[in-house]
Amino acid sequence: MLGLNKKDTSLLVIVAALVMFAPFILNPFPSDSGLAQFNAGYPDLMQRFVIFGIFAIGFNILFGLTGYLSFGHAAFLGVGSYSAVWMFKLLSMNVIPAIALAIVVSGLFAVLIGFVSLRRSGIYFSILTLAFAQMSFNLAYSVLTPITNGETGLQLTLNDPRILGESATADGSIPVTSLFGLEMRSTYEMVVGPWAFQFNAGYYLCGIIMLLAFYLSIRIFRSPFGMMLRAIKSNQTRLNYTGLNPRPYALAAFVISGMYAGLAGGLMASMDPLAGAERMQWTASGEVVLMTILGGTGTLIGPVLGAGFIKYFENIFSKINDTVLHNWFSFMPDGLEDFVVFLIHPFIGKGWHLTLGILFMLVVTFLPGGLVEGGQRISRMVKKKSDDDTNAKTTPAE
Amino acid sequence: MDAIILQILNGLDKGSAYALIALGLTLIFGTLGVVNFAHGALFMIGAFCAVTLSKILNLSFETVDPTQTDFLGNPLKVKTPYVMEWFGAETGAAIIDWAVPLAILFSIPIMIGIGFIMERGLIKHFYKREHADQILVTFGLAIVLQEVVKYFFGANPIPTGAPDVFKGSFDFGVMLGFDPNAIIYPYWRLVYFAFSAIIIGGVFAFLQFTTFGMVVRAGMADRETVGLLGINIDKRFTIMFGIAAAVAGLAGVMYAPINSPNYHMGMDFLVLSFVVVVVGGMGSLPGAVLAGFLLGVLESFASMNEIKSLIPGIDQIIIYVVAIIILLTRPRGLMGRKGVMEE
Amino acid sequence: MGILEVKDVGKRFGGLQALGDVNLSVAENTVHAIIGPNGAGKSTLLNCLVGKLIPDTGSVMFDGQSVLGRTPFEINQMGISRVFQTPEIFGELSVMENMMIPCFAKRDGSFRMHAIENMHNEKDIVEKAEAMLEDMNMADKRHMHSSSMSRGDKRRLEIGMCLAQEPRLLLLDEPTAGMARADTNNTIDLLKQIKEERDITIAIIEHDMHVVFSLSERITVLAQGTPLVEDTPENIKGHPKVREAYLGESA
Repeated sequence: MLGLNKKDTSLLVIVAALVMFAPFILNPFPSDSGLAQFNAGYPDLMQRFVIFGIFAIGFNILFGLTGYLSFGHAAFLGVGSYSAVWMFKLLSMNVIPAIALAIVVSGLFAVLIGFVSLRRSGIYFSILTLAFAQMSFNLAYSVLTPITNGETGLQLTLNDPRILGESATADGSIPVTSLFGLEMRSTYEMVVGPWAFQFNAGYYLCGIIMLLAFYLSIRIFRSPFGMMLRAIKSNQTRLNYTGLNPRPYALAAFVISGMYAGLAGGLMASMDPLAGAERMQWTASGEVVLMTILGGTGTLIGPVLGAGFIKYFENIFSKINDTVLHNWFSFMPDGLEDFVVFLIHPFIGKGWHLTLGILFMLVVTFLPGGLVEGGQRISRMVKKKSDDDTNAKTTPAE
Repeated sequence: MDAIILQILNGLDKGSAYALIALGLTLIFGTLGVVNFAHGALFMIGAFCAVTLSKILNLSFETVDPTQTDFLGNPLKVKTPYVMEWFGAETGAAIIDWAVPLAILFSIPIMIGIGFIMERGLIKHFYKREHADQILVTFGLAIVLQEVVKYFFGANPIPTGAPDVFKGSFDFGVMLGFDPNAIIYPYWRLVYFAFSAIIIGGVFAFLQFTTFGMVVRAGMADRETVGLLGINIDKRFTIMFGIAAAVAGLAGVMYAPINSPNYHMGMDFLVLSFVVVVVGGMGSLPGAVLAGFLLGVLESFASMNEIKSLIPGIDQIIIYVVAIIILLTRPRGLMGRKGVMEE
Repeated sequence: MGILEVKDVGKRFGGLQALGDVNLSVAENTVHAIIGPNGAGKSTLLNCLVGKLIPDTGSVMFDGQSVLGRTPFEINQMGISRVFQTPEIFGELSVMENMMIPCFAKRDGSFRMHAIENMHNEKDIVEKAEAMLEDMNMADKRHMHSSSMSRGDKRRLEIGMCLAQEPRLLLLDEPTAGMARADTNNTIDLLKQIKEERDITIAIIEHDMHVVFSLSERITVLAQGTPLVEDTPENIKGHPKVREAYLGESA
């Protein structure tokens, strides 16, 4: 189907089902139960899942296939966001032109940075991309303030022209983003007993775009171009002596993944029309690297898993505080309870980054293949065990 | 002329910090072949050694002073640092005043210890892994160290003063025959520059004149051959890692009075130090030092108002622009050796 | 006029004259061996032919066109393929994929953006790669990870990949270095078979005299960066200068 083999098609169908039914799947706990805090089925978070999914899928096209580790991909995300917000300011509140401009501008930006950075490989490439991203970040904060609005960040105002729209709505407020009139923030709430499921227009737009992006990445992975990219990672010398020029291939991969990042940035601005330089910081670039590695570099589903995993736990961990912990461990004797809470305290709430850093080290050290490899290992162990069991049963009979 | 001298002087202290961090990065890269993204965190930890020592020295006990009263008429509680109690008011005050220089002694064992633990506990396992993995795991470590410091010391910068003698500035211009007030330079920055020069000289002398240093230099040139000679190169490299950590730490200790330490100063300096290493030439120690000072001074020139009005924003990006130009025209950097990290 | 003409090529590394005035002519459809003791400049010469090094002086003409100043992939597209001393293959790719890449390079040139195309629609490529694997006796290994093969198989795959590009000149850099006797003999047989079945010129750098004498039609002896003599294998065997410079060393 769709030019995919059976395995890839079923993968796509599964992901599509997960995305479409996410408002149910992510909301398993009744809203009045104590576990409701683990629900993730509200629009804002679900949007982040799919948007960062797109970001990571794109990053994986570069890093997973060619092995070029970019430490500056957040710059494209930031450029995408700024472009989209400018489109909302100047043209209209329709998200389509905004997203289109975000992709185009970040693509051009990626051509520029990629052309220079790809002159070198290995660690030099990582440092060059890092330098470019830091440079963009510094510029966004200083000289480019007329475009980026510096530290405050770029926002919509009542004085924006919006040629094809209106500067202000009838009641004098800033108009909201929409898709041909369908407001991105509009949410339908379905109440079933104690559950409340939320269906948000913005989430479904992002979700559909993510599915398209995911489908495109499968096609790229399975194409001759994808094979060339893997060849770059495997052996550049042989590639050169096989009459192939690695540079345009790598540049194409770099630009494609930059456009994915721009798309993610544009969607972010479409859901919430503001853009700030902190989106371009190199810790943000590090985060997408982690998502990809945690999920499984070079695998199709890995980046999506990684993005979901990190954004979910970021959300949960940030919400947990000492009171919540005391509630959880209240079954313990008082002294022990305090001690356990004291031990966990640095990792929750504002300590999320510490947890992230530790996770980073653990994954790189022990599970370089990420969650996908972990899953494969477990399934192999289970399989082996059941094989052993059948052997154990059959042997005595003989 | 005086303006130029002033900018050169202004660039020297930042340049010194770049040079010291880049020196350590190059030592680690040259000997162990590891790209250490956590090296900036070592600089930051050094700065916090100064903060910690200053806090320790200021530990006080409270006494009630019956001769003084607060506005309610109650006897006033007075805090007296323990050191002042133990060593007498005057010596104690001097010790507290000299907290930052004293932190040099305090930090050396700590930094070497951290270096050993890092190398033996983590980096060792990544010698044979890809550079990408090394970058990633040390990047994770940098985040962890940064967050730990943030947890204990908070997110705000902590002002840490230089000894009183070095506070204030002196008129450098008069000494060179310029008008008074043309070149005003804070004492501590001069101290920092001199200190860095001593450390850099020390590291080079150590590598040049000791057998240990000779083996390490040989190892940097050709690790396998030296290994074949039956010399336990790994053990020496571990020690080298400790030394590199100490150099970064010392750079941080002495930098504390120049810029109040905060938890993300390591990351800020790291990115620039990497650029310095690349400009100087991967694996070249003199290159790292030269490029450190060069970029420090260039940055200082770019922040002159005359230049900024000519090219707005140049002070923010000058280092990156130079690095990009160098990488594209001289891929090996200013003093890079052939065969080190090419493709 | 040979297919490969090397004229007065010199190359210096600092104070070391690696090559000095090398003249060499490789005739079309022959097997030409270049031999010489260690440090004679064989590898330097080879690197000058494929674009890895640029000689300081002289010219290198392939089929009437200069190769100097061209990058390795451009020279390869002109029709020169190179086999490395240690097999250079795409270790993380399957054997079949390894074979498909040179087929793409032959058909599409040095770069073509085929990002959405489906691999199964590239019937001509798949067929050609499969036929080539068949030729190399590797059809049963097509799904293997190429890095998990034996050294002899890797060498066989590498040669097959070079042939899939239908080169006019095949350069071999010590193709049997570090191989067991059986693998060496297999490689010799493979090269003999290639020579018989295809219109191809082979230039080979080799240490192993057994390989050299069982394959080559012309031999150039290189010593200290300059060609000492060039002749047929029979004459080379008995040549006093060669004995002195080269064979004497091992005798």
